[in-house]
Amino acid sequence: MKKLMLGNEAVARGAYEAGVGVVSSYPGTPSTEITQEIAKYDEVYSEWAPNEKVALEVAIGASMVGVRAMSCMKHVGLNVAADPLFTASYTGVGGGLVVCVADDQGMHSSQNEQDSRLVAISSKVPMLEPSDSEECKEYVKQAFVLSEKYDTPMLIRLSTRVSHSQSLVEVGERKEHVPKDYVRDMAKNVMMPAMAMKRHHYVEKRLDDMRALAEDCPFNTVEKNSDKVGVICGGIAYQYAKEVFPDASFLKLGMINPMPSELILDFAKGVEKVYVIEELEPVIENHCKVLGIDVIGKSILPNIGEFSVAQIKKAVDGGETEKFTVSEAVPGRPPVMCAGCPHRSTFYVLKKLGLIISGDIGCYTLGALPPSSAMDFCVCMGASVGMAHGIEKARGREFGKKVVAVIGDSTFIHSGITGLIDIVYNKGNSTVIILDNSITGMTGHQDNPTTGYTIKGEPTKAVDLVLLCKACGIDRIVVADPFDLKGFEEVVREETAAVEPSVIIAQRPCILLKSAQMYPARVITDDCKNCKMCMRLGCPAISEKDGRPTIDATLCVGCGLCVRVCKFGAIRQDDSNLKRLAQGKE
Amino acid sequence: MSQNMNIMIVGVGGQGTLLTSRILGNLAIAQGYDVKVSEVHGMSQRGGSVVTYVKYGEKVYSPVISEGEADIILAFETLEAFRYIGYLKKDGKILINTQQIDPMPVITGAVRYPEGIIEKIKATGARVFEVDALAAAARAGNAKAVNVVMLGVLAAQTDIDKDKWLAAVEQTVPPKFLELNKKAFELGYSL
Ligand SMILES: Cc1ncc(C[n+]2csc(CCOP(=O)(O)OP(=O)(O)O)c2C)c(N)n1
Repeated sequence: MKKLMLGNEAVARGAYEAGVGVVSSYPGTPSTEITQEIAKYDEVYSEWAPNEKVALEVAIGASMVGVRAMSCMKHVGLNVAADPLFTASYTGVGGGLVVCVADDQGMHSSQNEQDSRLVAISSKVPMLEPSDSEECKEYVKQAFVLSEKYDTPMLIRLSTRVSHSQSLVEVGERKEHVPKDYVRDMAKNVMMPAMAMKRHHYVEKRLDDMRALAEDCPFNTVEKNSDKVGVICGGIAYQYAKEVFPDASFLKLGMINPMPSELILDFAKGVEKVYVIEELEPVIENHCKVLGIDVIGKSILPNIGEFSVAQIKKAVDGGETEKFTVSEAVPGRPPVMCAGCPHRSTFYVLKKLGLIISGDIGCYTLGALPPSSAMDFCVCMGASVGMAHGIEKARGREFGKKVVAVIGDSTFIHSGITGLIDIVYNKGNSTVIILDNSITGMTGHQDNPTTGYTIKGEPTKAVDLVLLCKACGIDRIVVADPFDLKGFEEVVREETAAVEPSVIIAQRPCILLKSAQMYPARVITDDCKNCKMCMRLGCPAISEKDGRPTIDATLCVGCGLCVRVCKFGAIRQDDSNLKRLAQGKE
Repeated sequence: MSQNMNIMIVGVGGQGTLLTSRILGNLAIAQGYDVKVSEVHGMSQRGGSVVTYVKYGEKVYSPVISEGEADIILAFETLEAFRYIGYLKKDGKILINTQQIDPMPVITGAVRYPEGIIEKIKATGARVFEVDALAAAARAGNAKAVNVVMLGVLAAQTDIDKDKWLAAVEQTVPPKFLELNKKAFELGYSL
């Protein structure tokens, strides 16, 4: 029976059916649900690793001893895992090794738009690119087979629209994969110069063999239609192009590295005009141009953002779609911190103190948006800590006292620790605020090494952040509750003034956690002097109705932050809500 | 059905657009169609503007709907209807929940919530159906059931059997919330 499945769910299903034994990943939109789905299969060992490098290393270890293994991440995660990837390309595999990487064309949820196909090319790791959920499942299954046949890790390239679209999938049975007996093989698995040089030769030969495969494989398919127009494409762009060119001939490349040559030359010969439709970088286009084929691609379509059918149509024949238009500018609706989010009060204090804020990646990056607008930098996960240190070293100790790094608990474990060690080792004085909301929030609530639970929800040892920072050599460590506005402000003042490195652990669980307390909602009483102080918090539950601030009882979670900023004591508990809350809590 | 059916659901993160598109997806499968449902996860779910797409027919390629291509837009919030009206087909229709949720730039006073949005949309010539889904949801027992009320309103305008709609709701909604959602659907259906 066919089932409607997310691309990510289908990837998980494919790996499951292929008999995968170990899956280790780090969350990242749009890849996260793959591993969440895998965790539902009890036959498979799965885990959240502290970061993508560790995740891939876990998978490589499993593969080396003959077990089929997988690691999943977003495009920027593959940068973190690039080191093991590039050398695993040399060692090859024992059990099949598949790395899923989800690109985010259009940056729905990312800090950049890099094209992972280029990583496949530079690491010399073969890459398949599915264009819908059925292909996700099939390609992943095939990737395990190819991985073992050609002794190579395999990359699967996904993208937001493939990962997060549901389409029909034919579900099959799991076939257990039986690992071969383990035998030590240093020439293949211990990468020192002499051995690695031989393996490099192997890698080049492997690519040649796979080029031959690319000429004739089920992933690269020709649909012969009109001989006027031919389209070469792959992945999600294929789906767009099929709507734009209903009568054209198609060459769909499901294997994106290595690419075939004869197949492409042959296809191009059979049509008058060739379009290459691909988002981001001109990877297929450049390959065609090297083959001497005159294709139309980036000359009419951008290498920025994701495509739409209307956009491609317009680029191809100038055709405009008829549509309704309004002349007025529509106010934007940017994402906001949830009502009751502990990050709100942290940023309220940081803004008040006028500090330079070295930011990081997580829900708290929203602190950069109005009304708090309190962030100076945000580059990549973990960067806040090293950057704060660099800022101090560049501009001196006094300047450094105005600087704080803010970093989430998951992000700190991911790659903030090494920055903190640098601060201690090189005699820095930075203040690092770890926003410990007891969860990996941004990517949809995954457990992490600080939460005390595994991906399966089993209790485990939690990293003790205080002891960890102590062990790194930090002597000033304060655990503070950001909801205690006055106390928290005092702590930040003291720690930034200290001529010593310090860590403030801002501890308060994410309001979306079941364990987070819920109080009755608040209500604004007649004592309100309409100073609008509460509205400056940027709480989505507080808005202006008939010229006065009002609290929306359906959105308020009763965190009480507005009560604390109201100078007139005008905000009180709304007892009429007690019943509703009691019902909602069950 | 010679042409594909394109349905867009627009609203604010947290209003249940995802669940609604999944119900529609299951309904379309039950009719034997090819189906694609495009969702949003991550950043925009945090109270941002959210849009999901449901496409079904003989064969669906792109999971996404372009401007001027939507047969139906279900708008769970008025400003979001305004934002996405350009996606409606010339002969399409838009169902608008009259609820207004202030976005942060309005809350902070940077901009004003536009007035008379529904009249302005009507003035473009688009076919508009206004619904007070919030009131109906409250009557069903939870203001958050706006999404399924809207689904009920849509259901009443199609020639697909009500039972099939209810079956899709049952198939998709977690059992814990089924009673509430069925009630919300019925209220929407009879609006
Ligand atoms: C290298 C890399 N991997 C993954 C991500 C996706 N990602 C963004 S923020 C984040 C974690 C945020 O968790 P935390 O630091 O605990 O902050 P919270 O969102 O809970 O406030 C992840 C996994 C990324 N941006 N970069």
